[in-house]
Amino acid sequence: MAVDAPEGAASAPGMPQLDFSTFPNQIFWLVVTIVVIYLILSRVALPRIGAVLAERQGTITNDIAAAEDLKRQAAEAEKAYQKALADARAEAQAIAEQTRAEIKEDLAEATAKADAQIAAKSAESAARIEEIRAGALEAVETVARDTAAELVATLAPAAVDKKSIDAAVTSRLKG
Amino acid sequence: MSDEAQDQANGAAAAGDAAQGAGGGLQIHPMDQFIVQPLFGDGPVAWYTPTNVTLWMALAIVAVLILMVFGASGRAVVPSRAQSVAELTYGFIRKMVEDVAGKDALAFFPYIMTLFLFILMANFLGLIPMSFTTTSHIAVTAILALAVFLTVTVVGFVKNGAAFLGLFWVSSAPAPLRPVLAIIELISYFVRPVSHSIRLAGNIMAGHAVIKVFAGFAGVLGVGAVLPVAAMTAVYGLEVLVAFIQAYVFTILTCVYLRDALHPSH
Repeated sequence: MAVDAPEGAASAPGMPQLDFSTFPNQIFWLVVTIVVIYLILSRVALPRIGAVLAERQGTITNDIAAAEDLKRQAAEAEKAYQKALADARAEAQAIAEQTRAEIKEDLAEATAKADAQIAAKSAESAARIEEIRAGALEAVETVARDTAAELVATLAPAAVDKKSIDAAVTSRLKG
Repeated sequence: MSDEAQDQANGAAAAGDAAQGAGGGLQIHPMDQFIVQPLFGDGPVAWYTPTNVTLWMALAIVAVLILMVFGASGRAVVPSRAQSVAELTYGFIRKMVEDVAGKDALAFFPYIMTLFLFILMANFLGLIPMSFTTTSHIAVTAILALAVFLTVTVVGFVKNGAAFLGLFWVSSAPAPLRPVLAIIELISYFVRPVSHSIRLAGNIMAGHAVIKVFAGFAGVLGVGAVLPVAAMTAVYGLEVLVAFIQAYVFTILTCVYLRDALHPSH
């Protein structure tokens, strides 16, 4: 055996892969290596990388949520702005309406006042006209009485009777 | 046993000497790169001896540490470059497990990640000139494949009980064909670890041997060495691809087998 073995190993085309004497050595170190790598991966590397990936996924999800939130807030702010704008517009319109109404009221009041004044003035004027007219009538009567008395005195001085002349003139004027 | 191992080791050393001594002629030893040697001295290779296997597997562990632990140590929400690669690897394998083997296979995610990273790192470390490729050894890949085979079989029976045998009974086939198919299915099931392991070791070994053969030509051709060097460059590029693809294939097949175990119905 001691003579055989060297030739088997030394033959040039022989494959070291088929040298069974090295198998226990290779298998032993392979098992050690695999166990070590398995422990490194399962205890340290894989949980760590998995955690980092999960954390990244979480961060991305959070960021997207935050962005969505901000977007919603912006939309809300815009809505509030639009609402404020509409409110202000409505208020301005209301103020304008109110002012217009007030002005109209003032105008109506002023018009009524003026109308009343005009009415008062015209009534006064009418009264005075009436007065003047009455005065005139009276003057006409006096003139007529005097004229009649003169006429009677001239034409028939004997028959001067002031009372009957007045009565006659008065009845004529009324008639 | 130790006598025999010592003798073989001596023999290997003698073969190396002979190759160097011959010098001038076309002496190509494409398989010498795969020899398992003790790191210290020329002693026998016992099961506990620190060998080049130990060294390159330890370097694979270091590479995994650098990528997956130190690379991701920043825990930054916005990742650094190294952290990105670590996260990419994590997401790549996690998605593969989820898509191929199903959500309930995520319990095996660390295990599958271990297989993928070990094979990937071993393959890439093996591409460093003068290095030793641990995944080119059938002993290594056979153990990996057998571990997958045993895991899958045990999981299959634990999760489904006898219903796991339904995997071999193709109920969608015509009744008379079913026994025949069952035999074929059974054979293919037990061939799985063989193909699983030889595919990986064979690919890696063949690529490295081809590069070594071209390197041997380059050594004796003088100016004409340009041709083999160009060929080596091309093959090396291919090997970079193969290093990744074989790790990927091994992993995805593990996921496929795992799916069969978790959901054996056809």
